[in-house]
Amino acid sequence: MNLSTPVAVQSREVNYAPRVFDLSETPLRELNQALHNVGEAGDEPAWEVLNPKGSHAVAVGVDKAVAVNVRGSVGYYCAGMNDGATITVHGSAGPGVAENMMSGTVVVKGNASQYAGATGRGGLLVIEGDASSRCGISMKGIDIVVRGNVGHMSAFMGQSGSLVVLGDAGDALGDSLYEAKLYVRGSVKSLGADCIKKKMHPKHIERLRRLLERAGITDVKPEEFTRYGSARTLYNFNIDNADAY
Amino acid sequence: MCGIVGLFLKDKALEPQLGALLSQMLVKLTERGPDSAGIAIYGSAEPGRAKITVQSPSPSRDFPKLGSELGEKIGALVTVTVKSTHAVIDVPEAKAQEAREAIPELRPDARVMGAGESVEIYKEVGLPKDVVQRFGIEKMSGRHGIGHTRMATESAVTTLGAHPFSTGPDQCLVHNGSLSNHNNLRRELKREGMKFETENDTEVAAAYLSSKIAQGQGLGEALESGLRDLDGFYTFVVGTKDGFAVVRDPIACKPAVMAETDQYVAFGSEYSALANLPGIENAKVWEPEPSTVYVWEH
Repeated sequence: MNLSTPVAVQSREVNYAPRVFDLSETPLRELNQALHNVGEAGDEPAWEVLNPKGSHAVAVGVDKAVAVNVRGSVGYYCAGMNDGATITVHGSAGPGVAENMMSGTVVVKGNASQYAGATGRGGLLVIEGDASSRCGISMKGIDIVVRGNVGHMSAFMGQSGSLVVLGDAGDALGDSLYEAKLYVRGSVKSLGADCIKKKMHPKHIERLRRLLERAGITDVKPEEFTRYGSARTLYNFNIDNADAY
Repeated sequence: MCGIVGLFLKDKALEPQLGALLSQMLVKLTERGPDSAGIAIYGSAEPGRAKITVQSPSPSRDFPKLGSELGEKIGALVTVTVKSTHAVIDVPEAKAQEAREAIPELRPDARVMGAGESVEIYKEVGLPKDVVQRFGIEKMSGRHGIGHTRMATESAVTTLGAHPFSTGPDQCLVHNGSLSNHNNLRRELKREGMKFETENDTEVAAAYLSSKIAQGQGLGEALESGLRDLDGFYTFVVGTKDGFAVVRDPIACKPAVMAETDQYVAFGSEYSALANLPGIENAKVWEPEPSTVYVWEH
């Protein structure tokens, strides 16, 4: 989805020919500008980003269906606002990876720091290691699959989308949850306010099966997961809950 | 914001590079705090000797004759190594307390930054690259060290307000965050006899840990107590003569990343601080858990 009206981009002294960006030689802005200048995604080969060394905001705001491979670990907000690209981090990601993703796929081969996938509206985020606290906070339609564990307050105020955790979840999972769907295969340290265990119906198993397939996970079965969701008691103010405020 | 780093060497072969490694880690975090910077280096302790690091606003007035005057006053051999605004005073261990008491009498404007058998502390207002250069940190060797680059939020940008804070022998602490109950705790600690140089929240955390250690708690135990008594946001990295510890508050919104190899354990507020360490490609990289005390000792 591109909401902006196309405008003529002034020509810049940027060499667009090579699709390998070595961040030890090329400024990050040049990489991001080149990614934003992609015309038709079909014309573009895979992009390689070398030596990220913890840089912030690598490949943010990409809105074409390009494939970007980042070879190393990144800092804050990698792949933020992604809209259609497939971005793979061959390392670990700092806070806010794929924050506010609209569509596309982001894969983190290592671990992800706090608030991975926060506020995401669509697309798929796969974290092959662990995600720390607040994974999927305020998620609004994104699907997140974490092969390892997630930290405390994950899916806090999650509105829609799915969070799938193959490992364990930390404290206060799904606190103040709206309609995001949570599936955890391991243990849950504690559930947050208004988050409850729910029954897995065939439609949930089917939905989860498709999601695991999209995430390329073939070694676990959807039946091994427990579903959690909102008890919907906090949606509207209830005088009986006044003491809780 | 603020940026903090720590490096604990397991491999003696890296010891000559400690200062250089720690310096580049800290400089990488400049954007997290350009106000002031500081580093504590734990070198090898010489048996029977103690070191006192002092800072002076007028080093050319305060330092030249300090060694001879202090030596005469405490009746012992004293050597003074001057590095910019700081001087490291080497005294016999048995005379260390006497020397600390004599320094404010001889040089009322000089402030003790830290003291112990092995620690040396250097901190000043300015960018990390300028601070580490000013004190020649890159040439220093040592076994472990911690560093801080500050973006002040709750007390003045001054040399004394910079981290690390040292409130006990060979103990020091750097902090990313802000405490909310430091005023109360400071009053309680003052009643116990602890002395404070600033209005800074981090100094209270350092003094709290020193007080617990003085009561007989180990570093790990003191930090566990801190999890109960310190309220606010914090990621702490703590140094002692033999060790190095990390702890984060239960909410853990202040960033932290660690790396471990056969050669070292490293801490950074961000991965970029660790990105140029030797062998980082194959290091175990992880985020320390909230409310969990991590301690490494030689």
